[in-house]
Amino acid sequence: MSVLVDEETRVVVQGITGGEGKFHAGQMIEYGTNVVAGAVPGKGGQEVHGVPVYDTVDEAVREENADASVIFVPPAFAGDAIFEALDTDLDLAVAITEGIPTQDMARVNKRLSETDTRLIGPNCPGIITPGEAKLGILPGNIFAEGDVGLVSRSGTLTYQVVDNLTNRGIGQTTAIGIGGDPIIGTDFVDALSAFEDDPDTKAIVMCGEIGGEDEEEAARYIDEHVDTPVVGFIAGRTAPPGKRMGHAGAIVSGSGTGTAESKIEALNDAGVSVGDTPEEVADSVEDLL
Amino acid sequence: MKLHEYQAKQVFADAGIPTPDSQLASDVDGVLEAAGDVGYPVAIKAQVQVGGRGKAGGIELVENDEEAREAADRILGMDLKGIRVERVLVEEAVDFTNELYVGVTMDRGEGKPVAMVSTKGGVNIEEVAAEDPDAIAREHVDPSFGMHPYQARKAVFDAGVDRSVATDVASVLSTLYDLWDARDGADAEINPLMVTADDEVVAADAVMNIDEDALFRQPEIAEMGEEAAAGDDLEAKADEYGFDYVRLDGSVGIIGNGAGLVMTTLDLVDYYGGSPANFLDVGGGAKAERIANALDMVFSDDNVDSVVFNIFGGITRGDEVAKGINEALEQFDEIPKPVVVRLAGTNWEEGMEILNEELVTVEQTLEDAVQRSVEYAEEVDA
Repeated sequence: MSVLVDEETRVVVQGITGGEGKFHAGQMIEYGTNVVAGAVPGKGGQEVHGVPVYDTVDEAVREENADASVIFVPPAFAGDAIFEALDTDLDLAVAITEGIPTQDMARVNKRLSETDTRLIGPNCPGIITPGEAKLGILPGNIFAEGDVGLVSRSGTLTYQVVDNLTNRGIGQTTAIGIGGDPIIGTDFVDALSAFEDDPDTKAIVMCGEIGGEDEEEAARYIDEHVDTPVVGFIAGRTAPPGKRMGHAGAIVSGSGTGTAESKIEALNDAGVSVGDTPEEVADSVEDLL
Repeated sequence: MKLHEYQAKQVFADAGIPTPDSQLASDVDGVLEAAGDVGYPVAIKAQVQVGGRGKAGGIELVENDEEAREAADRILGMDLKGIRVERVLVEEAVDFTNELYVGVTMDRGEGKPVAMVSTKGGVNIEEVAAEDPDAIAREHVDPSFGMHPYQARKAVFDAGVDRSVATDVASVLSTLYDLWDARDGADAEINPLMVTADDEVVAADAVMNIDEDALFRQPEIAEMGEEAAAGDDLEAKADEYGFDYVRLDGSVGIIGNGAGLVMTTLDLVDYYGGSPANFLDVGGGAKAERIANALDMVFSDDNVDSVVFNIFGGITRGDEVAKGINEALEQFDEIPKPVVVRLAGTNWEEGMEILNEELVTVEQTLEDAVQRSVEYAEEVDA
């Protein structure tokens, strides 16, 4: 029923005393997530929502046996916060923060390759296994338990597509928002591989957008390694070439790769049906199940 | 954020990269004075942020005062791909035997910085990359160590740069990498890096793009950016408000949260037969004031005939959005353009309770909201 997180996952929230950290830690707990600790330098000894706060992630892991972290730390300090998480042998770190400098993420990426920790994000909504646990900012009420694995580069687009699915009674095994930044931890291929290995995931929805070549790479991977049926969606078909639409990932190079057309074509070639609208995505999934 | 050529050259020169003598001028007298100081022949180069300045007539080589006056007259005030030329750089003309390319950028596929060298400089390097990728030597850099000197040498020799200047080119590449690293560069490029008859290298152009997310720790560069900002009035206003905004030529104004969802809204407006007037992402966690600013932005665009708000709350809360919409609209005796609102996700129910439905049209689904906004726009056109 789940990929990467479940009701057993023991979560430490980095930045739990900040505005967003506090609000969303509360939402996570309300959803049933096993939040066991907070970590904020200088705030050790406090409690937030009845959860003990430690000065370091290391201490939180030692004292509370945490195995996953969710990071709500402002961009200037978020790179350092991810390093801290990666230094404690956690299984999973989820970085919600938007606007981390790319060079900080390049250094994080290097360290990541030297550890066994899985990073999701940054600039992402997080991960949710409906009915069990959510790590991040996803609105829990729109998700439902079911058979569909979902992976998306865009947070709010994830919500939209999930809403279309749930409204017609199609639930999800797990939904992963991988984030739209140029350098991220878990990518489409990692998520597709995790869903392919999960016997409960009967279909996969993959939401991409213009910019970069991650979708093209995912299409090659699907062609060779994925037997579970995949339905795709690509945002940004109407984006004018050369204009920057929001985050840095969404740049149309104009050179033929990274465009909506090239992504849709690559996915179609790999046997993926790509919907024109979120409703069409839900239609295709309904047909598959 | 992209620096002007003259700013990038200053940054490069300060770091020790050889650049030609040059002065900035904003009128004909200033050009003549600068040319006198630098010494003929000089290149007169328009300082605007567009590619292909040379081809578009924005760069001229002149030999004397008369030619300089004529060129300055032509270039100052000209319209270069939609931007008016206010300033030119008057620069010593370099007598070169060869043109190279050196650059540093982030390879997002690899998640690592990459340093590049090519002997095919002085031309559109993107075309070289597409047609003859082997003509560019690439060296990936471990960002935690920085570029080792041997890597700069390797790239230079792999590219086939002549031995007589190889050491100097490697030194320029090393310096460029260190600058890119220290200044939070997105791209740093010299194209062309000119080789002179006596085997010296000179940066004849300079490109420096800075990662906007890192400006908080680059105060000097951020200051240069205020001078670099130019273009569309509405886009300048968006910068002031801190929105991701792109003006398009349609009639349906679009406001949403999250780039992917906003792009999807654009795509849906197109799908239902309308045309998007803009892309406006209010970002994550927007409070009431920010929402009001977004409405102000879109109302300021004369092309807009209707507005659709598509908010799917995660970190953004529906009640804050509703408060912002109400505050913005209650100032008007008559709402300038019909506004359609679709609220979902975090606190959407609280938002729907607050939202003043006399001022806006409410729709429950994205599809209905987009179709309604397209209908409103069509009514205005009809």
